[in-house]
Amino acid sequence: MNELIQKAKSLLESDTVQVVIGYGKGSADKTRAIFLTKPEDCDQLLFDSRCVQNLAVYLTKHEIKHLGKPAIVAPIPVLRSILQLAVENQLKESDLVILGVSPESKLIEFDSFGAIELFLNAYKIQIDEKYKATIDKIKAMPVSERFAFWIKELEPCFKCYACRAACPLCYCPKCTVENNQPQWIPAASHLLGNLEWHVMRAMHLAGRCTDCEACYNACPMGIPIHLLTKSMLQDVEEHFGPYGPSVGKRNTLSSFNPDDKESFIR
Amino acid sequence: MNNPNIYIPYLMRIEKITQEAPGVKTFRLKFENKQEAEEFEFKAGQFGEYSIVGVGESTFCIASSPTRKGYIECTFRQVGRVTSALASAEEGDVIGFRGPYGNTFPIDEWKGKNLVFIAGGIALPPMRCVIWNALDLRENFEDITIVYGARTVADLVYKHELEEWGNRPDIKLVTTVDPGGETPDWKGEIGFVPSVLEKVAPSAENTIAIVCGPPIMIKFTFPVLEKLGFADHNIYTTLENRMKCGFGKCGRCNVGEKYVCIDGPVFSGEELKLLPAEY
Amino acid sequence: MQIDNYLIRQTSLEKLFNNLIGNGKTVFAPQASEKRILFEKVKAFSEITDNYLVTTNAAKSVVFPRTEKLFSYKKTKETTEITDASTEAVPEVVLWGTRPCDAAAFIPLTDTFNGDYPDILYNNRRGKVYLLSFSCATCDEYCFCTSVNGSPGNTAGSDILFTKLSTGDYLAEVITEKGKKLVAENQTLFEAAPEEEKEPNLAKVKTYFNQDEIQAKLQNLFENPVWDEKSRACLGCGSCAFVCPVCSCFDIQDEKHGSKGTRLRCWDSCGFSLFTLHTSGHNPRETQGARWRQRILHKFLYMPDKSKVAGCVGCGRCSRVCPADINILETVTSI
Repeated sequence: MNELIQKAKSLLESDTVQVVIGYGKGSADKTRAIFLTKPEDCDQLLFDSRCVQNLAVYLTKHEIKHLGKPAIVAPIPVLRSILQLAVENQLKESDLVILGVSPESKLIEFDSFGAIELFLNAYKIQIDEKYKATIDKIKAMPVSERFAFWIKELEPCFKCYACRAACPLCYCPKCTVENNQPQWIPAASHLLGNLEWHVMRAMHLAGRCTDCEACYNACPMGIPIHLLTKSMLQDVEEHFGPYGPSVGKRNTLSSFNPDDKESFIR
Repeated sequence: MNNPNIYIPYLMRIEKITQEAPGVKTFRLKFENKQEAEEFEFKAGQFGEYSIVGVGESTFCIASSPTRKGYIECTFRQVGRVTSALASAEEGDVIGFRGPYGNTFPIDEWKGKNLVFIAGGIALPPMRCVIWNALDLRENFEDITIVYGARTVADLVYKHELEEWGNRPDIKLVTTVDPGGETPDWKGEIGFVPSVLEKVAPSAENTIAIVCGPPIMIKFTFPVLEKLGFADHNIYTTLENRMKCGFGKCGRCNVGEKYVCIDGPVFSGEELKLLPAEY
Repeated sequence: MQIDNYLIRQTSLEKLFNNLIGNGKTVFAPQASEKRILFEKVKAFSEITDNYLVTTNAAKSVVFPRTEKLFSYKKTKETTEITDASTEAVPEVVLWGTRPCDAAAFIPLTDTFNGDYPDILYNNRRGKVYLLSFSCATCDEYCFCTSVNGSPGNTAGSDILFTKLSTGDYLAEVITEKGKKLVAENQTLFEAAPEEEKEPNLAKVKTYFNQDEIQAKLQNLFENPVWDEKSRACLGCGSCAFVCPVCSCFDIQDEKHGSKGTRLRCWDSCGFSLFTLHTSGHNPRETQGARWRQRILHKFLYMPDKSKVAGCVGCGRCSRVCPADINILETVTSI
């Protein structure tokens, strides 16, 4: 931890970066994202198992960009998101300094996106067995039962869009759901509006989602929306091979090559 | 409104459509219900929610004068979903209207004064209402000056009325277009509204200035008026913020503590100075 | 109005509940699931939990549904026929288990939906709601009702307020005509007032600030770095507004199915970047800091200036659910 604090301090002191995005003490026993602009404030940084918010979400927010070049405290889920943002041309290496945090809470510095990718090779995205079991169970349901399951789960959704706001990959300035010419998705949070919103969200993240669970953690109603993205992740893996963001490669579902098994491409 | 449900619009039939400029139309609307037509009253400066059911509502001022009974008019530019749907409506179609909402220009207090109207682009409609109101009571006022500008000649709205006003001896009309927006036969001024206003230099003595335009025009016009000697309380403008309900409930049009829908849309320069820049 | 005090036995609560259901009332009460406690429609007393501080969601949806029909229409080539949704029958609803903060929230909510333009849809629903609240015996670091003129045993807004006593039985304070009507209908369940005092059975909620002082300070605080500082982590979602028992901003949306359709009122939030966006692309509240300022000023300055009641009841829900841990109490106390 001390290593991280010292590094953050020196980056601010040398004006290499103007803001350090990290975790600090939150309310009650929570931690929260903090934005440090003064070296003397860096002692507020902390890192432990409570630090689950995906800080990569702040890299594309204009209010944060406005603060200057950032250094970002990046445990594995954040690293994956950074790489995916790089794949989508949302970040350049010169845009930020990455203060990687290993599973052993050790500071790891990365000088390139390639180095992140190399590091992440040892930490492939793996869906937890308990989720696999749940997804299998849902997939095994007859269609009507599965439909009823999702209707019930999505019923409490009041469309606060915390899932979207917390996701580092939902960086569009105007979301499809806000497009009203035509209105693709009903704005209201009734049955159809909720269902279409969550299906659309999951579909837009298919082949991009890095399984950080920020959406689920953000949902005030605790709706298991991460089951949708996890299931999409499995499908992508099944059809297109192991998934993981890779510099120089394009998104699985927005690219094609002649070896794809679908015939329409040829 | 007669209906206890404040969200239910009057049904209005489009009697006449005038194409004012590219993408800009004026509707003349008549009440479907006779009793509603008789009971309906409004004053200069007020606005309403115009709608196509199944598409949605859009906010604009009432552009006709309260002195012209039996109908209301609105002028809008086709930009978003609702205005696109309105633009594709035809004469004889029925649309929805809720209103009138908001406060009004204190036109009764302006008796015996000179009036200077300053408008830019699509902001002439809110002004047109009060201009006609004043012209229909012409003897109540001294000199009337209108300074109106648009980006290009084609973008000037109410062209026929501009011609009529231009020909009247009891109105001083100055029209202008932005540099590059003129046509070979353009006889008006070339330049932005604030600088043209400075050139026209109406006297501030016993004069009320009414300014309508985009925020940027207002920002540059106020200092010119100040320079010409206009006191803040003799300047009026209308604000436009995004609205949904029109009656102070939906929560989005406020500028500081003031709701544009119920405390406005008309504000004096004096009031405006007390408001934060949230418009 | 004079408050009438009674005793109601622990065992009688279930009887009261059953009588309410038996009288055809719809009862909403806190129901616990793995991740949340929600006000839900309940049929049996056993479905209700009493192990909760406050529910995750607010009770406001009973009077201000998240999606509500304003009217329906039918369009023909010739004309448009409109059917008023406010003439539809509204059920009698009992909100069972609201906290004093929840009940107090109905006061500013009702103010918003009245004034010069009474909202009949809201008023119809509100008129049919009975608020049966339970005092708070516990609180947490997010609670601050006592800073906004409330208290864990506050009677304002409730029809009946129950306070659990050391015996396990309840003090019932009957506050309104509606409450008195319920007591009259269930006379046998309400016994002579207990001797035990209410106060020792209430949570001790710390007072962090004084609403009147904050209101005075906010008068001149529009331009202040606090708004950007405190909202820096804000993600721009609407969770704070949607769980708030007082927030009532809405959007109006039309839905069309062929020649028929409806106009709906849907919850909206000042935290959304599109909330105030003009069609021209200009946005009077360009940053999340400006939006956070609006939220605070609306609740702690504009609303109390207008109707004497703050737009915050100190329930702390917004801070508990915020995915970025933005804490309203922290912002207000830092002023």
